[in-house]
Amino acid sequence: MSHRVLVVDDSKLARMVMASAFRRIRPEWTLVETANAEEALAAVGTIDIALIDFNMPGTDGLELVAKIRKTHPSMPVAVVSANIQDEIIARARELNAGFIPKPLTDEALAAFLSGAALRLKKAAL
Amino acid sequence: MTEEVGELNDIEQDALAEIANMGVSRAANSLRQMVGEEVLLSVPAVKIVTRQAASKLVERNNATKLVAVQQSFEGPFAGRALLIFPEAQSLELVRAIVGDEHSLEDVIDLEQEALAETGNIILNGCLATIANVLHRTMRMSLPSIVIGDGAKLFEVNETSSGGQFVLFLYIDFNIKNRNVHGFIALLMDLPSIAALKAIVNDFVSVIEEQPSGHVG
Repeated sequence: MSHRVLVVDDSKLARMVMASAFRRIRPEWTLVETANAEEALAAVGTIDIALIDFNMPGTDGLELVAKIRKTHPSMPVAVVSANIQDEIIARARELNAGFIPKPLTDEALAAFLSGAALRLKKAAL
Repeated sequence: MTEEVGELNDIEQDALAEIANMGVSRAANSLRQMVGEEVLLSVPAVKIVTRQAASKLVERNNATKLVAVQQSFEGPFAGRALLIFPEAQSLELVRAIVGDEHSLEDVIDLEQEALAETGNIILNGCLATIANVLHRTMRMSLPSIVIGDGAKLFEVNETSSGGQFVLFLYIDFNIKNRNVHGFIALLMDLPSIAALKAIVNDFVSVIEEQPSGHVG
């Protein structure tokens, strides 16, 4: 089943790296790229899965996940960051979000997406 | 003047910021483990400026007494990496690392060694991540400590090079619950800017074109 995935990152390079990984792992899925929290919140209504950078100007990734959780309590969401400090990972977990470290690897992304696809399948039953 | 230097286009600027961010964020985790408190990071800044201008950017709130741990790096591009903070805070940083139970005398005794070791771990972590992302090898010198104002740190006067353009990447950091804030900065001169631009453009074109295989 094909899904719509929201990618939120202020860096175009980071979005390109993500898109490149999707072309290899899940070429049939649709990516919706946004560069900040405002654009992300405007797009989230039509989305199945969200991948969110942490360190962004304005609203950071964890604040954005908290906002998304208000309307989408069970959407599969991951924070994507090179900031692998315990506090960041713990805050992601508190928000029921996964954590994918940067530099991005296909393995880490594929593992999260497989889990997300299963959760969406179960939710649809 | 800037035309001669070559300006960064949008994607080069973006790529350098993202790559520096990955390096510093990874390095911040090492610092976090040393001090036991979360390290808060700003979004990265990437600028081509004169040495003079770069030296002023790190004198925040007119703090002209700075201490820096610096290491040179060499490889396809070369430059210096610096961990910089106000001199008044260096003892607080050392205290955060060695623990509050040590006397002031002990902390002062340890200061230089602790700063050099901290800088070594953080700057190596940062550059190793950048080297890995770009699939290049970089060699690092041993750390040394420089005390002085921004001009001293960035060698503005030594070769009357204050007007010379450099690539300046920096991120500021704060240690939560400690009065310690500073910068992690990378400084590269002209030949290195050209080399780095070529490598970054190569990196970007690989991402764009490669339908399969491995990037990043």
